[in-house]
Amino acid sequence: MSRVCIVFDRLRSEEKMLQKEASDLGCDTSMLDAKITQINTDSKKDDYDLGDVVLERCVSYFRGLHFTASLEFMDVPTINSYDVASICGNKMIMTLRLKKHNIPTPKTYFSFSSESSLENLEKVGYPLVIKPIIGSWGRGVMPLKDKDTAEAVMEIRDINDGPHDRIYYLQELIQRPPRDIRIITVGDEPIAAMYRKSANGFKTNIALGADPEICEITKEMEDIAVKASKAMGGGILGIDMMEDEKKGLVVHEVNNTVEFKGLARVAKRNIPKAMVEYALSCIRK
Amino acid sequence: MNCPECDATLNIPDDASVGEIVSCPDCGADFEIASKDGSNVVLKQAESVGEDWGE
Repeated sequence: MSRVCIVFDRLRSEEKMLQKEASDLGCDTSMLDAKITQINTDSKKDDYDLGDVVLERCVSYFRGLHFTASLEFMDVPTINSYDVASICGNKMIMTLRLKKHNIPTPKTYFSFSSESSLENLEKVGYPLVIKPIIGSWGRGVMPLKDKDTAEAVMEIRDINDGPHDRIYYLQELIQRPPRDIRIITVGDEPIAAMYRKSANGFKTNIALGADPEICEITKEMEDIAVKASKAMGGGILGIDMMEDEKKGLVVHEVNNTVEFKGLARVAKRNIPKAMVEYALSCIRK
Repeated sequence: MNCPECDATLNIPDDASVGEIVSCPDCGADFEIASKDGSNVVLKQAESVGEDWGE
């Protein structure tokens, strides 16, 4: 019997769905809370109930990333891998990877001080969208429509002074319908998609109340999603696209620990089942 | 059981698992189920949303 372990730090309905599907598929399924798990340099796989493969599902990006490093140190196949999580968790690295692989993505500007980013804004022109390079659910994503707003935002960044606040990620504001597209890929295969309609303003994050609606995956969406997944290194991903009025589909984000609660209710495919089946296919023979 | 914060009644579903979050309907405080043995449930303060939380 195959053994699947789900690593979590907050047990959400997604993790419970994965647990149920793994059990229904006949797997011996364990749940491991990363917050109370201690690991050291002599740790071995058999010291923990890690099973044959781990689905890493921590809601905290850094906790999940470093836990994954520990799992890979113990030679446990982990989804997603450290490399994939590391790339997707940092918007700048992810954007560079998309562009390097010729995947359509919004034009993005990087600066490494607030003065330099303000200079860049003056040069490029308003509006641009500023995004924190680490973070999710639309937090800290703001359109900078004029100099006064930009200076205020940069001043706040300077006051916060976290190490990632010194990296300024500014992206062109895409002219598009008030929605974006989320495609879930499992092992480079798109399995479900939804439109996320903006609830209020320009953000389309479900966490902010955006309205999900099922989306038929077109050939173009499929091709771009597959390319984006391969560019990141595969695994289980949430690929976000916008419909640019001039350029067509552009990928603006690839998510590592994809949330699927809303989409699972309306998708034709059983999303958690597909994820567990993929995990089982990754078990080392 | 009662909310450790405001003493309101907390309804914890029978099928709730360790690691799940329970919110108090009165004060809104979030608690994580730290252990569960039948109807004997131990709660701890849930972590607040971190800067790196999300997908």
